[in-house]
Amino acid sequence: MLRSSSRERGPLWRDPTFRALLVQGILLLALGAFVVMVVSNTMANLEARGITTGFGFLQDRAGFSIPQTLIEYSGDSTYARTFVVGLLNTLLVSAMGIVAATLIGFAVGIARLSPNWLLARLASAYVEIFRNIPLLVQILFWYFAVLQALPSPRNSHSLFEVIFLNVRGVVLPDPQPLAGFAATPWALLVAVIATWGMVRFARRRQARTGRPLPVFKLGALLLIGLPLATFLVTGMPLEWSIPSLQGFNFQGGVTVLPELIALWLALSIYTASFIAEIVRSGIQSVPEGQVEAAKALSLPAGIILRKVVIPQAMRVIVPQLTSQHLNLIKNSSLATAIGYPDLVAVFSGTALNQTGQAIEIVAMTMAVYLLINLVVSALMNLYNARTLLKER
Amino acid sequence: MVDTSTVTEMVAERRPPDLRRGLLGWLHTNLFNTPFNGVVTLITLALLAMVLWPTLQWAVFQADWLGDSREACSGKGACWVFISARFESIVYGFYPNSARWRVDLVFLLMAVLVAWLVIPRLPAKRWVGLFALVGFPVVAFFLLVGGSFGLEHVPTRDWGGVMLTLTIATVGIVGSLPIGVVLALGRRSQMPLVRGFCVVFIEFWRGVPLITVLFMASVMLPLFVPTQVEFDKLLRALVGIMFFWSAYMAEVVRGGLQAIPSGQEEAAKAMGMGYWQRMGLIVLPQALKLVIPGIVNTFIALFKDTSLVLIIGLFDLLAIIRAGLTDSDWLGFATEGYVFAALVFWVFCFSMSRYSQYIERRLHTGHRN
Amino acid sequence: MNEATAAQTDSPMIEITGLNKWYGDFHVLRDIDLTVARGERIVICGPSGSGKSTLIRCINHLEEHQEGRIVVNGMPMTRDVKRIEQIRRNVGMVFQHFNLFPHLSVLENCCISQTWVQKKPRAEAERTAREILERVQIADQALKYPGQLSGGQQQRVAIARALCMQPEVMLFDEPTSALDPEMIKEVLDVMVELARDGMTMLCVTHEMGFAKTVADRVIFMDQGQIIEQAPPETFFNHPKSERTQLFLSQILGH
Repeated sequence: MLRSSSRERGPLWRDPTFRALLVQGILLLALGAFVVMVVSNTMANLEARGITTGFGFLQDRAGFSIPQTLIEYSGDSTYARTFVVGLLNTLLVSAMGIVAATLIGFAVGIARLSPNWLLARLASAYVEIFRNIPLLVQILFWYFAVLQALPSPRNSHSLFEVIFLNVRGVVLPDPQPLAGFAATPWALLVAVIATWGMVRFARRRQARTGRPLPVFKLGALLLIGLPLATFLVTGMPLEWSIPSLQGFNFQGGVTVLPELIALWLALSIYTASFIAEIVRSGIQSVPEGQVEAAKALSLPAGIILRKVVIPQAMRVIVPQLTSQHLNLIKNSSLATAIGYPDLVAVFSGTALNQTGQAIEIVAMTMAVYLLINLVVSALMNLYNARTLLKER
Repeated sequence: MVDTSTVTEMVAERRPPDLRRGLLGWLHTNLFNTPFNGVVTLITLALLAMVLWPTLQWAVFQADWLGDSREACSGKGACWVFISARFESIVYGFYPNSARWRVDLVFLLMAVLVAWLVIPRLPAKRWVGLFALVGFPVVAFFLLVGGSFGLEHVPTRDWGGVMLTLTIATVGIVGSLPIGVVLALGRRSQMPLVRGFCVVFIEFWRGVPLITVLFMASVMLPLFVPTQVEFDKLLRALVGIMFFWSAYMAEVVRGGLQAIPSGQEEAAKAMGMGYWQRMGLIVLPQALKLVIPGIVNTFIALFKDTSLVLIIGLFDLLAIIRAGLTDSDWLGFATEGYVFAALVFWVFCFSMSRYSQYIERRLHTGHRN
Repeated sequence: MNEATAAQTDSPMIEITGLNKWYGDFHVLRDIDLTVARGERIVICGPSGSGKSTLIRCINHLEEHQEGRIVVNGMPMTRDVKRIEQIRRNVGMVFQHFNLFPHLSVLENCCISQTWVQKKPRAEAERTAREILERVQIADQALKYPGQLSGGQQQRVAIARALCMQPEVMLFDEPTSALDPEMIKEVLDVMVELARDGMTMLCVTHEMGFAKTVADRVIFMDQGQIIEQAPPETFFNHPKSERTQLFLSQILGH
């Protein structure tokens, strides 16, 4: 018998290291065989159907139009441009949804903790109703049962004869900048920088003298006042294109597609019901004793909230909130059910049907979502590492 | 400073001052304790009255309940005749009339199993659970598909409605749970290749929307298999759903595995158990019990997302209702249709979430049986 | 302000008359009358659920009472938020479970009230904090976080945090009950030191050794009322009420 090491060995197949290698070897072989089989089958299938592989199709003319485009696009544009248009539409509805869902979610979550019995009950009813109905049902409900039931453009509901609501969507006044308007955004930029400087100054001044500045009031004054003043001084260089009914449709203004509204409403309301739960449990995760200790130190209510409760609640809320935001982005792909032209609808839908490039298109679509996921997760890990409670 | 000691006589217990008691006291402390809260209460009440009353009027008092055709709809409120007229197809899809008893039998068996598992007093949970996960799907398969034991074959394109929704949900959970357990164990493995594979697998499915998975299943999967193999549309969707949810299940199970103290595994090692014995007999039973609420929550999410099969052309509950809305006899009943679909899903999901909360409370208070 | 300064010299530190409190229908505090003189050290003991914690938590309005009058340092307690904050400035409190802010370092825990209530410059606040941390012998841990400290260290930091407000009176709510036995002494030492420096103290505790060495008066509470109060020698050697005797035999009996 060979005795190469100081420890005696049993039979080779009972050696843990060998076993680990064996298992991993088998896994590798199985994976390899699977890939080879899939690739060869796919090649044969594609050949039989006469489909060429590769990303060359991206340079071809798409030849279909898209009802909502954030960048210039026409039927003559390429599939690559279709991809970008779809992606931008996905990002648009996701961004709108994230903002609204977060606002509603925080409001409802805080309302659930209200000492007012009725308000708290109403908030929990909201959560229980909307999180237990599939998102797709909600999207279809808003689109077909509510927005499609609106009157035709000629009989639009109107708000002050400026905003109009009809079966083709919402028509809003469209701001048209005139000469000299550019000063206002610049003033906003200056205000943002000034606010940042003011906050830093306030912090240093408090450290030096102990006297705090009313940071919130000053900040609000700067951020609203400065651009507003600039706007007024330059002579209000903005013209509103007010929509007006001409024949069967509206002229002027911007029209927001009903598909966008339905998707936005459903995504926000649905995701908000989850965010509300996260906010509630986050706030409740701060032990009562923390607030009591802060009260005993005579801290005023506002400071208790800002310096004791919120920092601790956020530690619990932010990671889960981010995962809800990611869910919302993924769920925005349900757009395809009502024909909102998002990435999945125009690219995995129309473009795929026209070209038949299933593998390339589905892979590109998935890659987009995976990439968003990876980037956000990486940022989240950074945040978690930074806010990790130091313990023994 | 007190020099001598003092002793006091006992004071009798008294009732609190009136303000804190009775209905008025309750109203005061819960609704009107500050002026601000009073205003909030009044605004909330007004809002409720504005929403609730018209909704009730529409859905109940002014609604049409009886009849079997469109003529029965008065147009004042909801017309539930739309639902009752199509009730059979909503439940069975296009399943042939003569074979519907088979579906009923599966429903019944399922109801008994679920009831058995949910009611705490009934014995032999483990065996019933095992049967629900292994035996029931086999029985249901033979009953629903047919083609053997003298039963007529029913192709899956005839499946639909509630029956299809429940089929997808059941296959989803029965398939994703075991795969999820294996993935969770793999993710905690010492072998880098196994761990790496599981991490990539899990994170991939969790990173993409279910819709793209269903697209992949319906357009890419046929390309992966040899041309002559016929791949059923429903089966393709089921494969996609199973993989997708197994990734979520794996993360739930991993949470449970992490919660089991390492002493448990060490003790099992000390007793001379091998890896699968340690996991199967000691660690997994404890971990799975701990994550029942998480599993139920995943199941609720899975159940809600079964409605997505509508997009790849399967006729689940939601798709059947939507198809009914395009019937030229029944145009304009979208609200009734979607409200009914919402109600059905809501009843299922809400009761499951209540059950999961109940289990969670029981686990928290330490009452285990 | 004049009223308050005038009061500081001749009024008692805390004056409680006819205090009654209910949790729902449950009568937790019944007709409590208690006067604490400046510099007096009082230990409150009694079986659990006797209302002793509730009593001291009423003094800085962590609990709201329904009947009776509480006057702290000459200021009567009202429901006015500003008045409550004013009273709390004079009253330091130490909790059973420390309740340190886990997201702030030891130094920041000690500076938070100086910064936001007393509005002191950063440097001054830190100097005070370090001085007081020195007094509780934990200055070397100033930059650590509460989670990195032992229970005894955390409780000493909690005492320091309360002292940083420069309170007139300190309330201790079972400060050693959550500690491992070997850590109790380091906390009690700090409390004894504090008593020697003349701080007015109200301690809810079962540490009878501490009561004997430090207390001017021991109060026994049961069923929401003060049953017996006496200087420690009298209290421990010649308890008058039967309930006190029973309680003492239970806690000293072995």
